[in-house]
Formats: sequence, structure tokens, C-alpha cells
Amino acid sequence: MLEKYVELMRLRFLMMLAYRVNYYSGIIIYSLNIGVYYFLWMAIYGDQTSINGTTAVQMATYVAVAWMSRAFYFNNLDREIAQEIRDGTVAVQLIRPYSYLLGKGFQGLGEGIFRLLLFSVPGMIIVSLVFPIHLPSDMSQWGWFAISLFLGFIINTQLNVLTGLMAFFILNNMGMIRAKRVIIDLLSGLVIPITFFPEWAKNILVYLPFQGISYVPSSILAKGISLTEVISFLEVQLIWTVLLWVPIRLLWLSARRRLVVQGG
Amino acid sequence: MLSIEARGLTKDFKIVQSREGMKGAFRDLFDRKYRTIRAVDEIDLGIQSGEIVGYIGENGAGKSTTIKMLTGILQPTAGELKVNGFDPHREREQFVRTIGVVFGQRSQLWWDLAVRESFRLLKKLYGIPDEKYHAHLDRLTEVLEMGPLLEQPVRKLSLGQRMRCELAAALLHQPSLLFLDEPTIGLDVLVKENIRRFLKQINQEYGTTILLTTHDLSDIEALCHRVVMLDKGTIIYDGGLTELSRQWGGGPRLYLELEEEWDLTTLQGFTKDITAEWQHVGDRCYRVLLTGDNPSVSEVLSRVVPHASVKEIRIEEATTEDIVRRIYQEGVPNA
Repeated sequence: MLEKYVELMRLRFLMMLAYRVNYYSGIIIYSLNIGVYYFLWMAIYGDQTSINGTTAVQMATYVAVAWMSRAFYFNNLDREIAQEIRDGTVAVQLIRPYSYLLGKGFQGLGEGIFRLLLFSVPGMIIVSLVFPIHLPSDMSQWGWFAISLFLGFIINTQLNVLTGLMAFFILNNMGMIRAKRVIIDLLSGLVIPITFFPEWAKNILVYLPFQGISYVPSSILAKGISLTEVISFLEVQLIWTVLLWVPIRLLWLSARRRLVVQGG
Repeated sequence: MLSIEARGLTKDFKIVQSREGMKGAFRDLFDRKYRTIRAVDEIDLGIQSGEIVGYIGENGAGKSTTIKMLTGILQPTAGELKVNGFDPHREREQFVRTIGVVFGQRSQLWWDLAVRESFRLLKKLYGIPDEKYHAHLDRLTEVLEMGPLLEQPVRKLSLGQRMRCELAAALLHQPSLLFLDEPTIGLDVLVKENIRRFLKQINQEYGTTILLTTHDLSDIEALCHRVVMLDKGTIIYDGGLTELSRQWGGGPRLYLELEEEWDLTTLQGFTKDITAEWQHVGDRCYRVLLTGDNPSVSEVLSRVVPHASVKEIRIEEATTEDIVRRIYQEGVPNA
């Protein structure tokens, strides 16, 4: 049953490989981002060794890990789904015996694995040589990080699918897609770690799905949080992956009922 | 056994009606006006397994909408539908295993990857066992002459090459029912012929039921014994192709080139005892329409030859295309 989705994942991986040149520019952009945020944070730290209980080295590590994780969880499924809805390809996919959305999810995973292997891993090695970052040597921490990162990928992908599906109802949802991207970068803690948000914002963000995308996995690796805290973080992530499934399902069912095939 | 069984099949679309001008655009923001369009209107259709049926109609007649309902993509607004024993929309995932679909204007292959990769994906999607897959793919490769194409990325194929691959992709899992939506659009004569021959072959060999929509009536002539004609969402003709031309063909047409110019009324006078209508179509050239109870060509000639010397004769039967055009223009009095 899973075999066909794994095949979809493999195909996406191959397709990325066919277009690998596109990713050379991505490497440069990610390196620049890491550099920019690194120097920005170092300027903020100045002479202080610690702000809000986060040391400068932890901060540098956080920046590097957060951006390299982004390469894994980020995908363009929102744009892709919206595009396929607009030009009617989604209909063509419905004549094949698989779930369209699950298929898309696995393709996103194929894309993520591609970037993780050909981009994040080598990028991380280079970054760790250039910047003074400290990665844990404890394997269990890496294990928790991997689980958390995967859950973060699921949450982000679910949000992407949700935004993409809105194209069924608002034919041009590019604005929404762009807004969503900025919101996720900001509220997930990629740009500013959640600990730096004001108290009231933190209290709200705890209940939102966004921090599960970037802040949670990156903190596990960069700050070495306690096991009980890790478990409670993972629980929140897990709850969100289940909760987000509900609106997706509803949206998809309603969309299939009112599907209008654009362009004949 | 019936492959397709539809009763009272109907599809309505709700369409947003835009108001005019700036003021209208603002009003649209708050109060949308919808208009319901009935694309398919209570169609009854029964197709036996093993049949090849042509489904024709003008643009916007509702052909594609019907196909999309029959393939489970669209949910019918009303009516009963059973295809291969399934409810296509509700039981989509099991249902689509039993059908193959080709949309002439949309590719189902992975654009950036070699054709073989798309086939491999289909093998996994349908869970085709290795042996069966290889045997069938080899056969398709041979018949559709795809050998050199398999390793090429789809985007580098010509339209004709791609179409052959699309057909193979639709048939890889050996469906008992094949839907073809404009399969020969934009193809050259040779490729068209190839594809037709292939379709006939699989119909005879595997008993595959084929439902085909097309604008190219020569496809229908070459393949189908039965046509279903659709106009404004309703079926206006359902029957044999030969009956269609017998009913609507309007008899043969005779083209005559005479030695000298004649007056139309004089010519009409020669044949006043039979129902033939003369038309002037060029210098000394005339067309005689033989209507009514089909008077024979020789009867016309026997009445003309004593008076005027005939230089050249040509007889034309109405083509399917003429018939269809006539039906669309004049409508069907009662089929």
C-alpha cells in the first residue's frame, strides 16, 4: 500500500536531481542567510555572553541549525497544488488509484530528503568550519531532533497543503501563499527564536502550530533542553499533526464536490 | 454485460456572474450573483462491454463533462451512474483501477523524467506484478513502436511520440474500459492511422470497451459502429454510423460540367418529373441535389443528355462531416 507513495517520493527525488543546478543558487542564498543572521545576532550580543539565557554560541548554532532544517521542511507544495488546481491537472491525477494529497505529501518528503542530503549535510559541515557553533555529540539528542524535525516537516507540509487547496475557493491565492510563507518564517522562530518574543506573544505562540516547525527541533539541537521538556514539545507537535488533518480533509471533500475543471 | 450504465445523468455548474464596471466589481465583493448552467441534461446511456462508441458534439456540448463524470472526476448533480459496476465518484480508488483514460490535451506522464520512470510509477500504483508488467510493456512497446522513446524525458518527445506513450500509460494495467478524450488532436495522418489501428487491435484482442470523443470524424468512421451525438447537454442521436448517413446524408450529389452555359430554369425543366434541385456553382458547372426518394444519377443524366452535352461528371456522397454539420446547423427535427 505504501509502496506506491514511496515510488512517488523516489520520482520526485529523481526529478530534483535532474534539476540540481537550480539548487546551487539555493545553497548561496541559504549561506547568505546564515551569515547575515549570524552577524546580526553577534552585533546584538555585543560584549554580552548571554541574553535571555541563551549564550552567543548557542545562538549561532541555533541560526545554522534552523536554516539548514528549513531546507528539509520547506517545500513548494502550496504553489504546486494551487497551480494544478488552476490549470486543471488535479483532475487528471484523480484518474489514478492513489490519494492525491498523500501523494503530494510524499513528493514533498522526496524533495526534503533530496535537500537534506545534497544541501543541508554538506552545508552544515561547511558552516561548522566557518562559524563557531557547537553541535551536541550525544546521539540521543540527534535522535530527538530527527523525530522533531520530521514532525515539523509534517506540520509545515499540512499548512502548505491547506493554503494550496484554498485555490479551489479563491482562484488566485498567490497573495495568501506569500503571506503564509512570511508568517511561518516569523512565527516558527526561524528569524527570531521564540524565547526572544514578548511574554504575551510567547503565551499565544505556545498554542499555535508554527513553533513546532522550526523552533522546537532547532532548540533541541542548539540548546540541549531537558528530556521532559523535549517530550512535552513533541506532544504538542504530534497533537497539531493530528488536528491539522481535520481541516485538510474537510476542505478536500468539499473541493472534490465542487471541482470545476478549468479549461475544459 | 453493460460497461457503462447511466440514467438521468445531470451536471450543473454554478458560475459566478460578474457585474459590470467599478461599481459592479465592488458589489461583487459583498454580494455574489450565481448562475446555474446545466452542462449535461438527463442523459441515458448504455454501453455494452466490447463496444467502440464515438461520442461527438460541438465545443461546449457537454462531452468532456460527461467523460469526467464517467471517470469519477466530477460528481454528478443528479442521476444514476454505474461504470464497470462501480459508482465512479464514491468508489474512486477501486474504480479507477478498472479504467484507462487518455486526455489528448493533458499529459499524464512526468514531464521531466524518462518515459520508463512514469511507467514504473504506474506499475507501482496499480500493483502490477513484475512478469505481467514486462510482458505487457514489451508488447505495447512493439505495437506502438516506443522502443527508442522509453529512455527519453517526456518533454523532448514530439506530440505524436508522446501520444503513443500516453496510450501505453493508459493501458499498462490492462483496463477493461478505455476513455479517450480527443486522442488524435494535432497529430499527423500517419500517426493517427497508427493509433486507430492499435485501438482496433486491442478492442479485438482484449475486448476492451472504448469510448472516444473527438472532433475528427474520420476517427469515428475508422473505429466506431455506434455514435452518440450530444448537443446542449442532451443526446440527439444514438445509433449506428450507417443509419446516421442514411437518415441525414440527403442522397448523393451530382456535379456536371456542361459544354455551354445553360439557364437554371431550363435545366430544372428537364428534370421536372423527379426531385432534383439544380444549383449553379461555376462557369458551366452545376450541382444537382438528389433529394426525396433518391432518384438515381442515371435518371438525371438520361434527361439531360438529349439536350445538353456533358463534359464531365462527378458524384459525391455526403461525408459524415457534412452530415454532422447539417445536424448542428439545422437541428434534429426528430431523431
